[in-house]
Amino acid sequence: MNADFTAEDLKFQKEVQDFLKAEFPQDIKHKVDNGIRLEKDDFVRWQKILYKRGWVAPNWPEEYGGTGWTPTQKYIFAMEMGLYGAMAPVAFGVNMVAPVIYTFGNEEQKKRFLPDILESNVWWCQGYSEPNAGSDLASLKTTATRDGDHYVVNGTKTWTTLGQHADWIFCLVRTDITAKKQEGISFLLIDMKTPGIKVSPIYLLDDEPEVNEVHFDNVRVPVENLIGEENQGWTYAKVLLTHERTNIAQVPNSKLKLRKLRDLAEKTPDGFGGNLLNDPVFSRKLAEVEIQVLALEFAELRTLAAVSVGKAPGPESSILKIVGTEATQFIDELYMEVAGYHSLPHVPAQFAEGFSGERIGTGSLVNSSNVYFNNRKKSIYGGSNEIQKNIISKAVLGL
Amino acid sequence: MDFSYSDEQQMLQDSVQKFVYSQYDFDTRRKIINSDAGYSAEYWSLFAELGWLTVPFSEEDGGFGGSAVDLMVVMEEFGKGMVIEPFLATAVISGGLIGKLGSAAQKEALLSAVMEGSLQLATAYAETDSRYNLASVGTTARKQGDSYLINGSKVLVLNAPSADKLLVIARTSGDKFDRDGISAFIVDASATGVSKNSYTAVDGHRAAEVHFNNVLVSAGDMLGAEGGALAALEAIIDRAALAVGAEAIGAMDCLLKKTVEYAKTRKQFGVAIGTFQALQHRMSEMFIECQLARSVVIMAAMMLDTDGSSAEKAKAVAAAKARVGRAMRKVGQEAVQLHGGIAVTDELDVGHYFKRVTTIENLFGNTDYQLARFASL
Repeated sequence: MNADFTAEDLKFQKEVQDFLKAEFPQDIKHKVDNGIRLEKDDFVRWQKILYKRGWVAPNWPEEYGGTGWTPTQKYIFAMEMGLYGAMAPVAFGVNMVAPVIYTFGNEEQKKRFLPDILESNVWWCQGYSEPNAGSDLASLKTTATRDGDHYVVNGTKTWTTLGQHADWIFCLVRTDITAKKQEGISFLLIDMKTPGIKVSPIYLLDDEPEVNEVHFDNVRVPVENLIGEENQGWTYAKVLLTHERTNIAQVPNSKLKLRKLRDLAEKTPDGFGGNLLNDPVFSRKLAEVEIQVLALEFAELRTLAAVSVGKAPGPESSILKIVGTEATQFIDELYMEVAGYHSLPHVPAQFAEGFSGERIGTGSLVNSSNVYFNNRKKSIYGGSNEIQKNIISKAVLGL
Repeated sequence: MDFSYSDEQQMLQDSVQKFVYSQYDFDTRRKIINSDAGYSAEYWSLFAELGWLTVPFSEEDGGFGGSAVDLMVVMEEFGKGMVIEPFLATAVISGGLIGKLGSAAQKEALLSAVMEGSLQLATAYAETDSRYNLASVGTTARKQGDSYLINGSKVLVLNAPSADKLLVIARTSGDKFDRDGISAFIVDASATGVSKNSYTAVDGHRAAEVHFNNVLVSAGDMLGAEGGALAALEAIIDRAALAVGAEAIGAMDCLLKKTVEYAKTRKQFGVAIGTFQALQHRMSEMFIECQLARSVVIMAAMMLDTDGSSAEKAKAVAAAKARVGRAMRKVGQEAVQLHGGIAVTDELDVGHYFKRVTTIENLFGNTDYQLARFASL
């Protein structure tokens, strides 16, 4: 048993640190550090810098632009990025649709789509959930009916994160309405500029239009946009989901948030002449979540180690989704508690670029209840935590 | 032993309930929040007309009686509608402070106007670094002839944007954490040297940070004796904590009811999700939380209506606020989780109840603060 880094790993870690210091744009770092909202351009610009370095897609096979790193190197990279506050590329293209394309797509599709995903020339969004197909995703009803060289798509997708920026959407659609529910689903790529698509924003509890409903009204999609075989889309999506569940623990992000939280608690008066970090109740809660994140980190490392000897991440990765999201949410609660009543003003303008008015509250803490509200989504999305527990009960425990 | 309401309390409950049910639906509330004033002047007049604004005041001050149980009755129903009108800031806190500290002349001038609905008030007590300690007062009021000069800043002044007058807690002597030397003043909201930075809070209520720069106040506008305002302030903030606790039990009952209804109708995997035992147990736990919260609020309201010591009353309120705080965290989070994505949208009322109970948790001493206070009392 050995969790030490080799000399080479340490050299690589230094290389990543130096790269981030030199290349992560100062203006974006300023936004991240101060909780200022990131715009589309910030994500695109940063991914193009990563692209130049060849570091966009550590998980892709090398032939398509992957890095060829060992699992340890991937872990180091994700950790250093997270601790520095550098955003990972938006997942929908790089981590979600790309693996489906390079695993199940044809050569033509690989050539057509993968380079633009890597270079961030095209923004992708996800069309899975529907108003009546949430946890029960396989009950989805959006149809794609074959008409000559096209599919005609009708239906509504929802919770489409950042769909307002998207050039393309990858969708699960029903191509056989007579088959059993998982069996009639196909994986279809759709250009968002196609006539008949309407995107309507959904405002979340922090009043931001982060997700959307995407409506399809007789949208004609060329058949060459089908991935793999008709009616096999569910299988493709499932493979993708288990692979995706590894990064979902969000350990680097939680570590960074905890580090900042400790600092904020030390600077926050308790109202009696001391500070909150010295408050025994608060410091115990902080310790509790620090320990939880530590345990989670090693759970993730064990999963990575299994992957490195060729095992696919199994249903155990549901642990990472549940514990990772709950840890993040608990950290959000602690931020709100540190803020106290300073968490109550709703002042989104202060978190937009270039705000110059008189500020309300104490720095970024004033946004802490909005962050708390918004992040309640984490235990709901990506297969709700209840669904993850079902997976553990069935697939791990055999119940 | 009798936990039933008196006939008068029953009538009061019926009248508030009827109003919330028939005139305060979610869309109406949203329109009120988005209006310029952020509350409905029309409804405020109606509150006055129906006598609700007299509830916090004693009979000798011209009120309904001023019992904590009466207040609980009104606030629970307000909680069900997430009523946004500044009843708490104007009547319960500011009116309550005047009721406790004011001279006959001050009461005459102000309380009748509050009860008639023609005067809006806000109490400026909290400061950037005071957290929940009411004795932590850095704002100063320096005697100058027969006037005082107020300097300092206050945060989270509820209803300040609409207030005609502000009640300002300022230090006339002593050091920052001293219990003595804290005074209360009535200050015109438009007085020279008063400036406001107004905002809407996450729950839709209006508030402001208020700055006082050499604001001149005559000695006649001091409430109570110089340096002796803290005990009254503490008692009133405790009353406010009880009031929002009662509001929370109304809001939590709605969260539970809506969650159960949703679980009965939302189908996934071919069945209503309410048929899953794992989810049934979670709703049962929400119910238990709602019942314990209700019980502890009733306990505290009854205690406030006795002639027990101020320490006993403080301890009862600390217990109530801490226990309701724990219930709000759980019931709010579970209501959202069991609804799924729809409850993290602005569109559904569930998320707004969740925001309100979260706000209540952060007001007048959060759960940890009240736990520590309970332990020390």
